[in-house]
Amino acid sequence: MKVMTSAHEQELQAIFGENRVLLEESDRLSYSFDASFGTYMPDAVVQPRSTEEVAKVMKLANREGIPVYPRGQSTSLSGGPLPVNGGIVLDCSQWNDKLEIRPEDMIAVVSPGILTARIDEEAEKWGLMYPPDPSSSHVSTIGGNLAENSGGPRGLKYGVTKDYCIGLEIVTPEGHVMRTGGRTIKNVTGYDLTKLIIGSEGTLCVITEATLKLVPRPKAYRTAMIIFDDLVTSGQAITKVLTSGILPSKLELMDQACILAVEEYKPLGLPVTAEAIVLIELDGHPKAIEEEIEKVAFICREAGAHSVNVAGSSEEAAKLWQARKLVSPAIVRKKPTKVSEDATVPRSKIPEMFQRLKEIRDRFHVDLVVFGHAGDGNLHPNIICDKRDLEEMDRVEQAVEEIFKAAIELGGTLSGEHGIGTMKAPFMEMEVGPIGIDMMKRMKNAWDPNQIMNPGKIFPEPGKKLVLRDE
Amino acid sequence: MSEAANRLKKQLHYEKTFDCVQCGYCLPACPTYETMGKETHSPRGRINLVKMVAEGKSSVENMREPIEKCLGCRACQTVCPTNVQYGEILEGAKSVLEDHEKKTKKQQVTEDFIFNGLFPSRKWMNAIGNATWFYQKTGLQAIARKSGMTAMAPLHLDKFEAVLPKVASPFERRNSPRLVKAKRNPKMRVGFVSGCVMDSMFHQTNKNTIELLSRAGAEVVIPKAQTCCGALHAHTGKLEEARQLAKQNIEVFEKENVNYIVNNAGGCGAMLFEYDHLLKDEPDWNRRAEQFSKKSRDVTVVLTELDGLEFRHSMNERVTYQSSCHMTHVQKVTSEPLALLEGIPGITYREMAGYDRCCGSAGIYNIVNYEDSMEILDVKMEKTRRTKADTIVTTNPGCLLQMKLGIQRAGLEKEVRAVHLVDFLMEADPQPKEPRK
Repeated sequence: MKVMTSAHEQELQAIFGENRVLLEESDRLSYSFDASFGTYMPDAVVQPRSTEEVAKVMKLANREGIPVYPRGQSTSLSGGPLPVNGGIVLDCSQWNDKLEIRPEDMIAVVSPGILTARIDEEAEKWGLMYPPDPSSSHVSTIGGNLAENSGGPRGLKYGVTKDYCIGLEIVTPEGHVMRTGGRTIKNVTGYDLTKLIIGSEGTLCVITEATLKLVPRPKAYRTAMIIFDDLVTSGQAITKVLTSGILPSKLELMDQACILAVEEYKPLGLPVTAEAIVLIELDGHPKAIEEEIEKVAFICREAGAHSVNVAGSSEEAAKLWQARKLVSPAIVRKKPTKVSEDATVPRSKIPEMFQRLKEIRDRFHVDLVVFGHAGDGNLHPNIICDKRDLEEMDRVEQAVEEIFKAAIELGGTLSGEHGIGTMKAPFMEMEVGPIGIDMMKRMKNAWDPNQIMNPGKIFPEPGKKLVLRDE
Repeated sequence: MSEAANRLKKQLHYEKTFDCVQCGYCLPACPTYETMGKETHSPRGRINLVKMVAEGKSSVENMREPIEKCLGCRACQTVCPTNVQYGEILEGAKSVLEDHEKKTKKQQVTEDFIFNGLFPSRKWMNAIGNATWFYQKTGLQAIARKSGMTAMAPLHLDKFEAVLPKVASPFERRNSPRLVKAKRNPKMRVGFVSGCVMDSMFHQTNKNTIELLSRAGAEVVIPKAQTCCGALHAHTGKLEEARQLAKQNIEVFEKENVNYIVNNAGGCGAMLFEYDHLLKDEPDWNRRAEQFSKKSRDVTVVLTELDGLEFRHSMNERVTYQSSCHMTHVQKVTSEPLALLEGIPGITYREMAGYDRCCGSAGIYNIVNYEDSMEILDVKMEKTRRTKADTIVTTNPGCLLQMKLGIQRAGLEKEVRAVHLVDFLMEADPQPKEPRK
């Protein structure tokens, strides 16, 4: 169902020129998906390179009631950029002309299409660091990261995207350009709209520029791999490490199913009888972390670890991390579809969450593996399945729903870092309640009276259920 | 479902498209996504289009441009976290397009000429080689260049013409030896794949390859009945022709009883390396093809294994390396060429940013998609310039010609040269290494 007319198309061409308005079927099909589920055909794709162009297209869309979907590189796992109601995809991935580091203010000012990893690479030249590190940071854009409030392994020590954004330039759904926040760490002038917009998944406005806070770059890193015969012990050891006065930069866990998959894929000599492998990275001053890594090793041994391996060099550390890196390719070898969840629980509930996941795996007979950022409670239960097998997908959908329920019952959240999008919208009320939804909707209506900004996301629609099958 | 729809799905390797989880990790690795800036020209986008066509949700013609503008460099396969067999999906799509032919006249004529005339026939390649030689020797070239005559040639052949190497005389090429003994205690016997482009346009490089192997301790046989490897055919969807050529080569080299089948062209090497995959559905051939592929080696790998050379001449040059995609991403040969380079006394090695990214040559891509190829090349030349190198070393004839063209486009003819690694090694006066006592 097309929502645009040829007059609209011509108007877009007048704004962007012909090359940056994509109308061919092959092009529109190429912007119909993300890394989650489903394909939805947009009517047009435009590739803005300036705030002015965005303002013009928003004015047009607002006037005509055409939905607009901001998009980065579409690595989203929750359906954030999917053009579910047709209309215009605003592909900001090619808008990457600005990446300025201001070392004296310890900030970076960036265009929305800049790849996240590039910000950190530039910051490094000044001895600075941009900490948020989603595993897709070499592919994903900062615009997408801001919209989804992405996080990564370093979240444990450094926090997530919202903790580093202090100012934005945006275009409102009605086509007005405005700035939020500024260039200072401290800023309490009025409502904190910056934090409202970050993580709003493109439902309130279009982000056209961001000012990001940078921190001093750590001088050294140390890594340890700790192997546990049983999962509960690993949970206890993690708690002991985190309450010992040491804050690791990363604390990653992989369960037995992951270990087995990796060993079958590329044998690294991991112990297949172990129930958990924990990888801990410390960063900081070399002398300080030298002492701390020894302490981590001691605590884990005392807590009953099967073995502790502290890397002596950065090459050795890279080898240890290899095990974690191989998880993704290893687990999809049996079946091609990967349903990647990011339900998050308070740190203390990790052992209990593992128990619940085990029960869900057995109850629904699904191929469920767990790895993720155990240090901040952000686990990644992944269900490996085949979306062509409809009977199996039915069980997967039920299992996912149970995972969400378990996380919320344990005081956690539906999503730690992937966002709600289309995938988790049906479960929103379970977490925030009817009043919570209502207050959020009022905010949405105030910003976007004509409901054109990224419709179909976050808010539950009556009768909509989680669907992981292609119709 | 109709039989035709099922056949289409099979030909497009529909089942394999499900291995793609659309994570997008291939986007930064794709040279056409970089220069064209559209998901449509990315590996993830192309796989999605193939899937849509297979499911009947889009037409075959809708995927033509995106598929034809793919370089086939396979860089996406190296970075893919879920091991998608992009090469197979691409070849399947190309063969469907080939069957669905609706080509423009110009392209048809060119492709007919290239595939049914030029590459499979040594006679034709010789004729081309002869003509090129004659053309250069008689001074016609100089006249043609001056008068701009070649600029009128179709398909921008004038641009390539200007960077062609000096071609050996037909007499010299006809009298090439068929067996060259090892210059020191022989450690192995290898067969040499002389290739079609390599043998006519880069005859000297072939001679140097054989010489290096023999000095390093290999006896080299060069079977006369060998033919084109079939790479250019396979990459444009002419799979049946490619299979015929593969079979001929398998038969020829089986008779020679060699340890390795050696080539010096990354693109050909990748095809030879994948004969097993090309012939996997042919029961009479698949085992033979597997044997062949197992023995297939790039010359740099064999020279590294032989470890039989020492270099007498110090080169005193700043060198950078442009790798061949099919050597890197298909044969997975990455360390050997660099190790050989760094073993040359006197050179300063300057790594180029993205040296493992495609230069835009990509078989006949630079002839068929000239403008797109030149955009990729210009990006490459900017990165080359930043290395301040005076020598660009490559390991594949297509890349070598393209880099020469790039040097010309960047106006760097006076400062920079491009050279095949084998020729560069010869310049450093390699001598058989005395065995350690």
